[in-house]
Amino acid sequence: MTAPRIGVLALQGAFREHRQRLEGLGAAVTEVRLGRDLGGLSGLILPGGESTTMARLMTEYDLWEPVRAFHAAGGHLWGTCAGAILLSRDVQGAPPQFGRQDSLNLLDVTVQRNAFGRQIDSFTTDLPVRGLDGAFTAVFIRAPAFTRVGDGVEVLAEYGGQAVMVRAGRVTASAFHPELTPDARLHELFVQRCAAPVPLA
Amino acid sequence: MSEVTTGTPALKQGFAEMFKGGVIMDVVTAEQARIAEAAGATAVMALERVPADIRKDGGVARMSDPKMIKEIIGAVSIPVMAKVRIGHIVEAQILQALGVDFIDESEVLTPADDQFHILKTDFKVPFVCGAKNLGEALRRVGEGASMIRTKGEAGTGNVIEAVRHARTVLGEIKHIQARPAEELMTVARDLQAPYELVRYVHEHGKLPVVNFAAGGVATPADAALMMHLGLDGVFVGSGIFKSDNPERRAQAIVKAVTHYQNPDVLAEISEDLGAPMTGINIDDLIPAERLASRGW
Repeated sequence: MTAPRIGVLALQGAFREHRQRLEGLGAAVTEVRLGRDLGGLSGLILPGGESTTMARLMTEYDLWEPVRAFHAAGGHLWGTCAGAILLSRDVQGAPPQFGRQDSLNLLDVTVQRNAFGRQIDSFTTDLPVRGLDGAFTAVFIRAPAFTRVGDGVEVLAEYGGQAVMVRAGRVTASAFHPELTPDARLHELFVQRCAAPVPLA
Repeated sequence: MSEVTTGTPALKQGFAEMFKGGVIMDVVTAEQARIAEAAGATAVMALERVPADIRKDGGVARMSDPKMIKEIIGAVSIPVMAKVRIGHIVEAQILQALGVDFIDESEVLTPADDQFHILKTDFKVPFVCGAKNLGEALRRVGEGASMIRTKGEAGTGNVIEAVRHARTVLGEIKHIQARPAEELMTVARDLQAPYELVRYVHEHGKLPVVNFAAGGVATPADAALMMHLGLDGVFVGSGIFKSDNPERRAQAIVKAVTHYQNPDVLAEISEDLGAPMTGINIDDLIPAERLASRGW
Protein backbone atom coordinates (compact mmCIF):
# COMPACT_ATOMS: atom_id res chain seq x y z
CA MET A 1 0.00 0.00 0.00
CA THR A 2 1.38 3.40 -0.91
CA ALA A 3 1.17 6.11 1.71
CA PRO A 4 -1.86 8.29 1.04
CA ARG A 5 -1.67 12.07 1.10
CA ILE A 6 -4.15 13.40 3.62
CA GLY A 7 -5.12 16.99 4.26
CA VAL A 8 -5.85 18.58 7.60
CA LEU A 9 -8.05 21.67 7.54
CA ALA A 10 -5.77 24.25 9.18
CA LEU A 11 -8.01 27.28 9.54
CA GLN A 12 -8.04 27.14 13.33
CA GLY A 13 -7.89 24.61 16.15
CA ALA A 14 -6.01 21.41 16.94
CA PHE A 15 -4.80 20.64 13.42
CA ARG A 16 -1.19 20.04 14.47
CA GLU A 17 -2.16 17.05 16.65
CA HIS A 18 -3.91 15.37 13.70
CA ARG A 19 -0.94 16.12 11.49
CA GLN A 20 1.51 14.52 13.90
CA ARG A 21 -0.70 11.47 14.38
CA LEU A 22 -1.09 10.96 10.61
CA GLU A 23 2.61 11.41 9.97
CA GLY A 24 3.35 8.91 12.71
CA LEU A 25 1.24 6.43 10.74
CA GLY A 26 3.22 7.04 7.55
CA ALA A 27 0.77 9.32 5.74
CA ALA A 28 1.93 12.44 3.93
CA VAL A 29 0.10 15.50 5.25
CA THR A 30 -0.95 18.81 3.68
CA GLU A 31 -2.34 21.70 5.73
CA VAL A 32 -5.42 23.01 3.94
CA ARG A 33 -6.21 26.73 4.21
CA LEU A 34 -7.40 27.50 0.68
CA GLY A 35 -9.34 25.49 -1.89
CA ARG A 36 -6.27 24.91 -4.05
CA ASP A 37 -4.60 23.02 -1.18
CA LEU A 38 -7.04 20.13 -1.72
CA GLY A 39 -5.38 18.99 -4.96
CA GLY A 40 -3.87 15.50 -4.85
CA LEU A 41 -5.40 14.53 -1.50
CA SER A 42 -7.27 11.30 -0.84
CA GLY A 43 -8.63 12.34 2.56
CA LEU A 44 -9.31 15.40 4.69
CA ILE A 45 -9.58 15.73 8.46
CA LEU A 46 -11.59 18.62 9.89
CA PRO A 47 -10.18 19.16 13.38
CA GLY A 48 -11.56 20.44 16.66
CA GLY A 49 -11.54 24.14 17.45
CA GLU A 50 -14.38 26.65 17.29
CA SER A 51 -16.95 25.77 14.63
CA THR A 52 -18.13 29.39 14.31
CA THR A 53 -14.57 30.57 13.64
CA MET A 54 -13.93 27.83 11.08
CA ALA A 55 -17.28 28.41 9.35
CA ARG A 56 -16.53 32.11 9.04
CA LEU A 57 -13.11 31.36 7.48
CA MET A 58 -14.67 28.72 5.18
CA THR A 59 -16.99 31.42 3.89
CA GLU A 60 -14.32 34.13 3.61
CA TYR A 61 -12.01 31.95 1.56
CA ASP A 62 -14.68 30.08 -0.46
CA LEU A 63 -13.94 26.62 0.91
CA TRP A 64 -17.45 25.17 1.14
CA GLU A 65 -17.83 24.18 -2.51
CA PRO A 66 -14.25 22.93 -3.00
CA VAL A 67 -14.64 20.60 0.01
CA ARG A 68 -18.01 19.34 -1.28
CA ALA A 69 -16.43 18.79 -4.70
CA PHE A 70 -13.51 16.97 -3.07
CA HIS A 71 -16.00 14.62 -1.42
CA ALA A 72 -17.97 14.14 -4.63
CA ALA A 73 -14.74 13.24 -6.45
CA GLY A 74 -14.10 10.36 -4.03
CA GLY A 75 -12.32 12.05 -1.10
CA HIS A 76 -12.67 10.68 2.43
CA LEU A 77 -13.65 13.09 5.21
CA TRP A 78 -13.42 12.84 8.98
CA GLY A 79 -14.53 15.59 11.33
CA THR A 80 -13.74 15.66 15.05
CA CYS A 81 -15.78 17.88 17.43
CA ALA A 82 -16.01 21.25 15.63
CA GLY A 83 -15.09 19.43 12.41
CA ALA A 84 -18.07 17.09 12.95
CA ILE A 85 -20.31 20.15 13.23
CA LEU A 86 -19.03 21.44 9.88
CA LEU A 87 -19.93 18.13 8.17
CA SER A 88 -23.49 17.92 9.49
CA ARG A 89 -26.66 18.87 7.70
CA ASP A 90 -28.29 20.84 10.52
CA VAL A 91 -26.58 22.65 13.37
CA GLN A 92 -28.43 23.48 16.59
CA GLY A 93 -27.19 25.71 19.39
CA ALA A 94 -25.80 28.53 17.27
CA PRO A 95 -26.48 31.99 18.67
CA PRO A 96 -29.68 33.54 17.28
CA GLN A 97 -27.85 36.33 15.45
CA PHE A 98 -26.21 33.68 13.25
CA GLY A 99 -29.55 32.49 11.98
CA ARG A 100 -28.67 29.14 10.48
CA GLN A 101 -25.04 28.14 11.03
CA ASP A 102 -23.39 27.24 7.72
CA SER A 103 -22.21 23.66 7.24
CA LEU A 104 -21.08 21.28 4.49
CA ASN A 105 -24.25 19.17 4.62
CA LEU A 106 -22.35 15.98 3.76
CA LEU A 107 -23.83 13.94 6.59
CA ASP A 108 -27.57 13.59 7.14
CA VAL A 109 -27.57 14.32 10.87
CA THR A 110 -28.61 17.11 13.19
CA VAL A 111 -25.82 18.13 15.51
CA GLN A 112 -26.37 19.90 18.83
CA ARG A 113 -23.46 22.15 19.82
CA ASN A 114 -22.19 21.99 23.42
CA ALA A 115 -24.59 19.11 24.05
CA PHE A 116 -22.88 18.11 27.30
CA GLY A 117 -22.48 21.58 28.81
CA ARG A 118 -19.66 24.04 29.36
CA GLN A 119 -15.94 23.36 29.89
CA ILE A 120 -16.48 22.48 33.55
CA ASP A 121 -18.59 19.55 32.31
CA SER A 122 -16.02 18.33 29.76
CA PHE A 123 -15.13 14.70 30.42
CA THR A 124 -13.16 11.60 29.51
CA THR A 125 -14.69 8.14 29.32
CA ASP A 126 -13.90 4.71 27.90
CA LEU A 127 -16.20 4.39 24.93
CA PRO A 128 -17.06 1.24 22.96
CA VAL A 129 -16.72 2.03 19.24
CA ARG A 130 -18.11 -0.26 16.58
CA GLY A 131 -15.27 -1.84 14.60
CA LEU A 132 -12.71 -1.53 17.41
CA ASP A 133 -11.72 -4.31 19.80
CA GLY A 134 -11.74 -2.80 23.25
CA ALA A 135 -12.98 0.61 24.36
CA PHE A 136 -11.52 3.88 23.08
CA THR A 137 -10.58 6.54 25.64
CA ALA A 138 -12.71 9.40 24.38
CA VAL A 139 -12.09 13.04 25.34
CA PHE A 140 -15.24 15.17 25.14
CA ILE A 141 -14.54 18.93 25.30
CA ARG A 142 -17.61 21.18 25.15
CA ALA A 143 -18.61 18.43 22.80
CA PRO A 144 -21.53 18.22 20.37
CA ALA A 145 -23.85 15.22 19.97
CA PHE A 146 -25.86 13.94 17.01
CA THR A 147 -29.49 14.35 18.05
CA ARG A 148 -31.01 13.12 14.77
CA VAL A 149 -29.40 10.47 12.61
CA GLY A 150 -30.76 10.09 9.08
CA ASP A 151 -31.37 6.90 7.13
CA GLY A 152 -28.18 5.39 5.85
CA VAL A 153 -26.08 6.93 8.62
CA GLU A 154 -24.47 4.30 10.82
CA VAL A 155 -24.02 5.04 14.53
CA LEU A 156 -20.53 3.86 15.57
CA ALA A 157 -20.64 5.02 19.19
CA GLU A 158 -23.16 6.29 21.69
CA TYR A 159 -22.84 7.99 25.03
CA GLY A 160 -25.66 8.69 27.45
CA GLY A 161 -28.19 7.61 24.83
CA GLN A 162 -26.90 10.04 22.20
CA ALA A 163 -24.92 9.24 19.06
CA VAL A 164 -21.34 10.55 19.36
CA MET A 165 -19.69 8.90 16.35
CA VAL A 166 -21.37 8.30 13.00
CA ARG A 167 -20.46 7.33 9.47
CA ALA A 168 -22.11 7.38 6.06
CA GLY A 169 -20.12 6.35 3.03
CA ARG A 170 -16.83 8.24 2.97
CA VAL A 171 -17.81 10.66 5.74
CA THR A 172 -17.09 10.00 9.43
CA ALA A 173 -17.80 12.32 12.34
CA SER A 174 -16.85 12.00 16.00
CA ALA A 175 -17.93 14.32 18.77
CA PHE A 176 -14.78 13.50 20.77
CA HIS A 177 -11.06 14.10 20.18
CA PRO A 178 -9.08 11.00 19.12
CA GLU A 179 -6.09 13.28 18.43
CA LEU A 180 -5.72 14.09 22.14
CA THR A 181 -5.14 10.53 23.38
CA PRO A 182 -2.23 8.22 22.51
CA ASP A 183 -4.56 5.59 21.01
CA ALA A 184 -3.99 5.73 17.22
CA ARG A 185 -6.58 3.14 16.16
CA LEU A 186 -9.15 5.50 14.68
CA HIS A 187 -6.51 7.43 12.73
CA GLU A 188 -5.13 4.11 11.51
CA LEU A 189 -8.55 3.11 10.16
CA PHE A 190 -8.90 6.46 8.42
CA VAL A 191 -5.46 6.17 6.81
CA GLN A 192 -6.35 2.66 5.59
CA ARG A 193 -9.56 3.90 4.02
CA CYS A 194 -7.73 6.77 2.32
CA ALA A 195 -5.11 4.34 0.99
CA ALA A 196 -7.71 2.10 -0.67
CA PRO A 197 -8.16 2.74 -4.39
CA VAL A 198 -10.75 5.43 -5.08
CA PRO A 199 -13.88 3.79 -6.48
CA LEU A 200 -14.71 5.03 -9.95
CA ALA A 201 -17.69 7.32 -9.77
CA MET B 1 -21.59 2.90 32.17
CA SER B 2 -17.81 3.24 32.46
CA GLU B 3 -16.05 5.72 34.68
CA VAL B 4 -16.26 9.40 33.77
CA THR B 5 -13.62 11.92 34.77
CA THR B 6 -13.83 15.73 34.65
CA GLY B 7 -11.49 18.61 35.40
CA THR B 8 -8.30 16.62 34.69
CA PRO B 9 -5.10 18.27 33.39
CA ALA B 10 -5.65 16.44 30.07
CA LEU B 11 -9.14 17.95 29.68
CA LYS B 12 -7.98 21.41 30.65
CA GLN B 13 -4.91 21.40 28.42
CA GLY B 14 -6.83 19.70 25.61
CA PHE B 15 -9.41 22.47 25.73
CA ALA B 16 -6.60 25.03 25.49
CA GLU B 17 -5.35 23.27 22.33
CA MET B 18 -8.68 24.05 20.65
CA PHE B 19 -7.97 27.79 20.78
CA LYS B 20 -4.86 27.47 18.63
CA GLY B 21 -4.71 29.52 15.48
CA GLY B 22 -7.46 31.68 16.91
CA VAL B 23 -8.14 35.09 18.41
CA ILE B 24 -9.54 35.68 21.90
CA MET B 25 -11.13 39.12 22.19
CA ASP B 26 -11.75 41.39 25.17
CA VAL B 27 -15.38 42.50 25.40
CA VAL B 28 -17.18 44.65 27.96
CA THR B 29 -20.83 44.14 26.88
CA ALA B 30 -23.00 41.36 25.49
CA GLU B 31 -23.30 43.36 22.28
CA GLN B 32 -19.51 43.46 21.85
CA ALA B 33 -19.41 39.72 22.59
CA ARG B 34 -21.87 39.10 19.75
CA ILE B 35 -19.78 41.20 17.38
CA ALA B 36 -16.65 39.28 18.40
CA GLU B 37 -18.32 35.91 17.89
CA ALA B 38 -19.71 36.88 14.49
CA ALA B 39 -16.26 38.13 13.48
CA GLY B 40 -14.79 34.69 14.21
CA ALA B 41 -13.35 35.00 17.73
CA THR B 42 -12.56 31.59 19.29
CA ALA B 43 -13.48 32.95 22.72
CA VAL B 44 -14.29 36.21 24.43
CA MET B 45 -12.75 37.64 27.58
CA ALA B 46 -15.50 39.28 29.61
CA LEU B 47 -14.32 42.28 31.62
CA GLU B 48 -15.67 45.58 32.87
CA ARG B 49 -13.03 47.82 31.35
CA VAL B 50 -10.51 47.06 28.62
CA PRO B 51 -6.88 47.53 29.72
CA ALA B 52 -6.59 50.91 27.98
CA ASP B 53 -9.41 52.24 30.20
CA ILE B 54 -8.00 50.59 33.31
CA ARG B 55 -4.80 52.52 32.64
CA LYS B 56 -6.67 55.76 32.10
CA ASP B 57 -9.07 55.47 35.05
CA GLY B 58 -6.58 54.22 37.61
CA GLY B 59 -7.87 52.86 40.93
CA VAL B 60 -8.18 49.20 41.84
CA ALA B 61 -9.18 46.89 38.97
CA ARG B 62 -11.09 43.80 40.14
CA MET B 63 -13.03 40.81 38.85
CA SER B 64 -16.06 41.90 36.80
CA ASP B 65 -19.64 41.95 38.08
CA PRO B 66 -21.05 38.40 37.82
CA LYS B 67 -24.22 39.84 36.29
CA MET B 68 -22.29 41.20 33.34
CA ILE B 69 -20.35 37.93 32.95
CA LYS B 70 -23.61 35.97 32.98
CA GLU B 71 -25.07 38.24 30.31
CA ILE B 72 -22.07 37.58 28.09
CA ILE B 73 -22.27 33.81 28.74
CA GLY B 74 -25.90 33.99 27.68
CA ALA B 75 -25.15 36.01 24.56
CA VAL B 76 -22.66 33.76 22.75
CA SER B 77 -22.07 30.08 21.96
CA ILE B 78 -18.25 30.31 22.05
CA PRO B 79 -16.26 29.88 25.29
CA VAL B 80 -16.24 32.77 27.76
CA MET B 81 -13.14 33.67 29.74
CA ALA B 82 -12.87 36.16 32.61
CA LYS B 83 -10.10 37.67 34.70
CA VAL B 84 -9.24 37.41 38.38
CA ARG B 85 -6.64 39.31 40.33
CA ILE B 86 -3.31 37.54 40.88
CA GLY B 87 -3.67 35.40 43.99
CA HIS B 88 -7.39 36.03 44.47
CA ILE B 89 -8.59 32.49 45.21
CA VAL B 90 -12.15 33.54 45.96
CA GLU B 91 -12.66 35.55 42.78
CA ALA B 92 -11.60 32.37 40.96
CA GLN B 93 -14.07 30.27 42.94
CA ILE B 94 -16.81 32.72 42.00
CA LEU B 95 -15.95 32.57 38.29
CA GLN B 96 -15.87 28.78 38.41
CA ALA B 97 -19.30 28.78 40.05
CA LEU B 98 -20.61 31.06 37.28
CA GLY B 99 -19.61 28.50 34.65
CA VAL B 100 -16.85 30.58 33.06
CA ASP B 101 -14.87 28.34 30.68
CA PHE B 102 -11.38 29.69 31.34
CA ILE B 103 -9.93 31.99 34.01
CA ASP B 104 -7.17 34.51 33.31
CA GLU B 105 -5.16 35.17 36.47
CA SER B 106 -4.14 38.52 35.15
CA GLU B 107 -1.61 41.24 35.86
CA VAL B 108 -4.03 43.63 34.11
CA LEU B 109 -6.09 43.65 37.30
CA THR B 110 -4.64 44.95 40.55
CA PRO B 111 -2.87 42.04 42.31
CA ALA B 112 -4.53 40.70 45.46
CA ASP B 113 -1.40 38.94 46.68
CA ASP B 114 2.14 40.26 46.30
CA GLN B 115 3.84 36.88 46.82
CA PHE B 116 1.66 33.97 45.78
CA HIS B 117 -0.40 32.98 42.78
CA ILE B 118 -3.51 30.80 42.89
CA LEU B 119 -2.94 27.04 43.14
CA LYS B 120 -4.68 26.34 39.87
CA THR B 121 -4.59 22.56 40.24
CA ASP B 122 -7.29 23.03 42.91
CA PHE B 123 -9.81 24.06 40.24
CA LYS B 124 -11.78 22.18 37.61
CA VAL B 125 -11.84 25.20 35.34
CA PRO B 126 -8.62 25.79 33.37
CA PHE B 127 -6.43 28.88 33.86
CA VAL B 128 -4.29 31.04 31.59
CA CYS B 129 -1.46 33.12 33.07
CA GLY B 130 0.94 35.71 31.70
CA ALA B 131 4.72 35.28 31.58
CA LYS B 132 7.67 37.43 30.56
CA ASN B 133 10.21 34.62 30.54
CA LEU B 134 10.49 30.85 30.71
CA GLY B 135 10.99 30.63 34.48
CA GLU B 136 7.79 32.55 35.08
CA ALA B 137 5.93 30.45 32.50
CA LEU B 138 7.04 27.17 34.10
CA ARG B 139 6.20 28.37 37.61
CA ARG B 140 2.67 29.10 36.44
CA VAL B 141 2.43 25.71 34.70
CA GLY B 142 3.73 24.14 37.90
CA GLU B 143 0.82 25.76 39.75
CA GLY B 144 -1.54 24.26 37.19
CA ALA B 145 -1.96 26.83 34.40
CA SER B 146 -3.28 25.16 31.22
CA MET B 147 -2.28 28.00 28.91
CA ILE B 148 0.48 30.61 28.95
CA ARG B 149 0.40 33.98 27.24
CA THR B 150 2.98 36.69 26.93
CA LYS B 151 2.24 39.60 29.22
CA GLY B 152 3.25 42.19 26.69
CA GLU B 153 2.10 45.58 27.96
CA ALA B 154 -1.69 45.54 27.99
CA GLY B 155 -3.66 48.59 26.95
CA THR B 156 -0.81 50.24 25.06
CA GLY B 157 -1.54 49.09 21.49
CA ASN B 158 2.23 48.67 21.28
CA VAL B 159 3.45 45.19 20.39
CA ILE B 160 7.07 45.60 21.44
CA GLU B 161 6.73 44.05 24.88
CA ALA B 162 4.76 41.05 23.57
CA VAL B 163 7.53 40.51 21.02
CA ARG B 164 10.16 40.80 23.73
CA HIS B 165 8.40 38.25 25.94
CA ALA B 166 7.76 35.84 23.07
CA ARG B 167 11.37 35.98 21.93
CA THR B 168 12.60 35.57 25.49
CA VAL B 169 10.48 32.48 26.21
CA LEU B 170 11.12 30.84 22.83
CA GLY B 171 14.83 31.69 22.97
CA GLU B 172 15.18 30.21 26.43
CA ILE B 173 13.43 27.05 25.24
CA LYS B 174 15.98 26.65 22.41
CA HIS B 175 18.78 27.28 24.86
CA ILE B 176 17.56 24.54 27.21
CA GLN B 177 17.26 22.08 24.35
CA ALA B 178 20.94 22.57 23.62
CA ARG B 179 22.05 21.87 27.19
CA PRO B 180 23.24 18.38 28.21
CA ALA B 181 20.87 16.55 30.56
CA GLU B 182 23.23 16.75 33.54
CA GLU B 183 23.01 20.57 33.49
CA LEU B 184 19.23 20.75 33.79
CA MET B 185 19.04 20.84 37.59
CA THR B 186 21.25 23.91 37.60
CA VAL B 187 19.19 25.38 34.78
CA ALA B 188 16.06 24.81 36.90
CA ARG B 189 17.74 26.52 39.85
CA ASP B 190 18.71 29.52 37.75
CA LEU B 191 15.27 29.83 36.13
CA GLN B 192 13.51 29.25 39.46
CA ALA B 193 11.40 26.69 37.64
CA PRO B 194 10.30 23.13 38.54
CA TYR B 195 12.92 20.58 37.48
CA GLU B 196 10.42 18.17 35.90
CA LEU B 197 9.08 20.94 33.66
CA VAL B 198 12.60 21.97 32.65
CA ARG B 199 13.18 18.35 31.63
CA TYR B 200 9.94 18.42 29.62
CA VAL B 201 11.11 21.53 27.75
CA HIS B 202 14.52 19.93 27.14
CA GLU B 203 12.90 16.84 25.67
CA HIS B 204 10.08 18.42 23.65
CA GLY B 205 11.39 21.86 22.71
CA LYS B 206 8.15 23.57 23.74
CA LEU B 207 6.12 24.54 26.77
CA PRO B 208 3.93 21.75 28.19
CA VAL B 209 0.86 23.92 27.39
CA VAL B 210 -0.17 26.22 24.55
CA ASN B 211 1.56 29.56 24.34
CA PHE B 212 -0.38 32.64 23.20
CA ALA B 213 0.45 36.28 22.51
CA ALA B 214 -1.13 39.09 24.49
CA GLY B 215 -0.52 42.66 25.51
CA GLY B 216 -0.31 45.22 22.72
CA VAL B 217 -1.62 43.51 19.58
CA ALA B 218 -3.50 46.18 17.59
CA THR B 219 -3.33 45.29 13.88
CA PRO B 220 -3.63 42.17 11.68
CA ALA B 221 0.09 42.51 11.00
CA ASP B 222 0.83 42.52 14.76
CA ALA B 223 -1.18 39.32 15.15
CA ALA B 224 0.55 37.67 12.20
CA LEU B 225 3.93 38.73 13.59
CA MET B 226 3.22 36.92 16.86
CA MET B 227 2.24 33.78 14.93
CA HIS B 228 5.37 34.11 12.78
CA LEU B 229 7.50 34.23 15.94
CA GLY B 230 6.05 30.83 16.87
CA LEU B 231 3.14 31.48 19.21
CA ASP B 232 -0.06 29.43 19.04
CA GLY B 233 -2.69 32.18 18.92
CA VAL B 234 -3.51 35.71 20.00
CA PHE B 235 -5.41 37.66 22.65
CA VAL B 236 -6.54 41.10 21.57
CA GLY B 237 -7.64 43.38 24.36
CA SER B 238 -8.13 47.07 23.77
CA GLY B 239 -6.98 46.76 20.13
CA ILE B 240 -10.40 45.90 18.71
CA PHE B 241 -13.05 47.89 20.53
CA LYS B 242 -10.79 50.94 20.94
CA SER B 243 -10.34 51.17 17.16
CA ASP B 244 -12.49 53.04 14.64
CA ASN B 245 -14.16 50.01 13.09
CA PRO B 246 -14.15 47.11 15.58
CA GLU B 247 -16.09 44.71 13.36
CA ARG B 248 -13.79 45.00 10.37
CA ARG B 249 -10.67 44.98 12.49
CA ALA B 250 -11.84 41.90 14.41
CA GLN B 251 -12.54 40.02 11.17
CA ALA B 252 -9.19 41.04 9.73
CA ILE B 253 -7.24 39.90 12.79
CA VAL B 254 -9.02 36.52 12.72
CA LYS B 255 -7.99 36.06 9.08
CA ALA B 256 -4.45 37.25 9.77
CA VAL B 257 -3.89 34.55 12.40
CA THR B 258 -4.96 31.79 9.98
CA HIS B 259 -3.10 33.16 6.96
CA TYR B 260 -0.04 34.57 8.76
CA GLN B 261 2.27 32.84 6.28
CA ASN B 262 0.56 34.38 3.26
CA PRO B 263 1.63 38.03 2.71
CA ASP B 264 -0.80 38.44 -0.21
CA VAL B 265 -3.74 37.66 2.06
CA LEU B 266 -2.29 39.87 4.81
CA ALA B 267 -1.94 42.81 2.42
CA GLU B 268 -5.54 42.46 1.32
CA ILE B 269 -7.04 42.25 4.82
CA SER B 270 -4.92 45.09 6.23
CA GLU B 271 -6.50 47.54 3.82
CA ASP B 272 -8.93 50.24 4.87
CA LEU B 273 -9.58 49.18 8.46
CA GLY B 274 -9.95 52.68 9.84
CA ALA B 275 -7.69 54.04 12.56
CA PRO B 276 -6.26 51.57 15.10
CA MET B 277 -6.20 52.47 18.79
CA THR B 278 -3.84 55.37 19.37
CA GLY B 279 -1.33 53.52 21.48
CA ILE B 280 1.30 54.43 24.03
CA ASN B 281 5.05 54.49 23.71
CA ILE B 282 6.37 52.06 26.34
CA ASP B 283 9.28 54.39 27.18
CA ASP B 284 6.72 56.94 28.34
CA LEU B 285 5.41 54.62 31.05
CA ILE B 286 6.84 55.12 34.48
CA PRO B 287 7.80 51.77 36.09
CA ALA B 288 4.71 51.74 38.33
CA GLU B 289 2.52 51.85 35.21
CA ARG B 290 4.10 48.72 33.77
CA LEU B 291 1.60 45.94 34.31
CA ALA B 292 4.05 43.28 33.13
CA SER B 293 6.12 43.65 36.31
CA ARG B 294 3.21 42.19 38.32
CA GLY B 295 3.56 38.43 38.93
CA TRP B 296 6.03 36.48 41.04
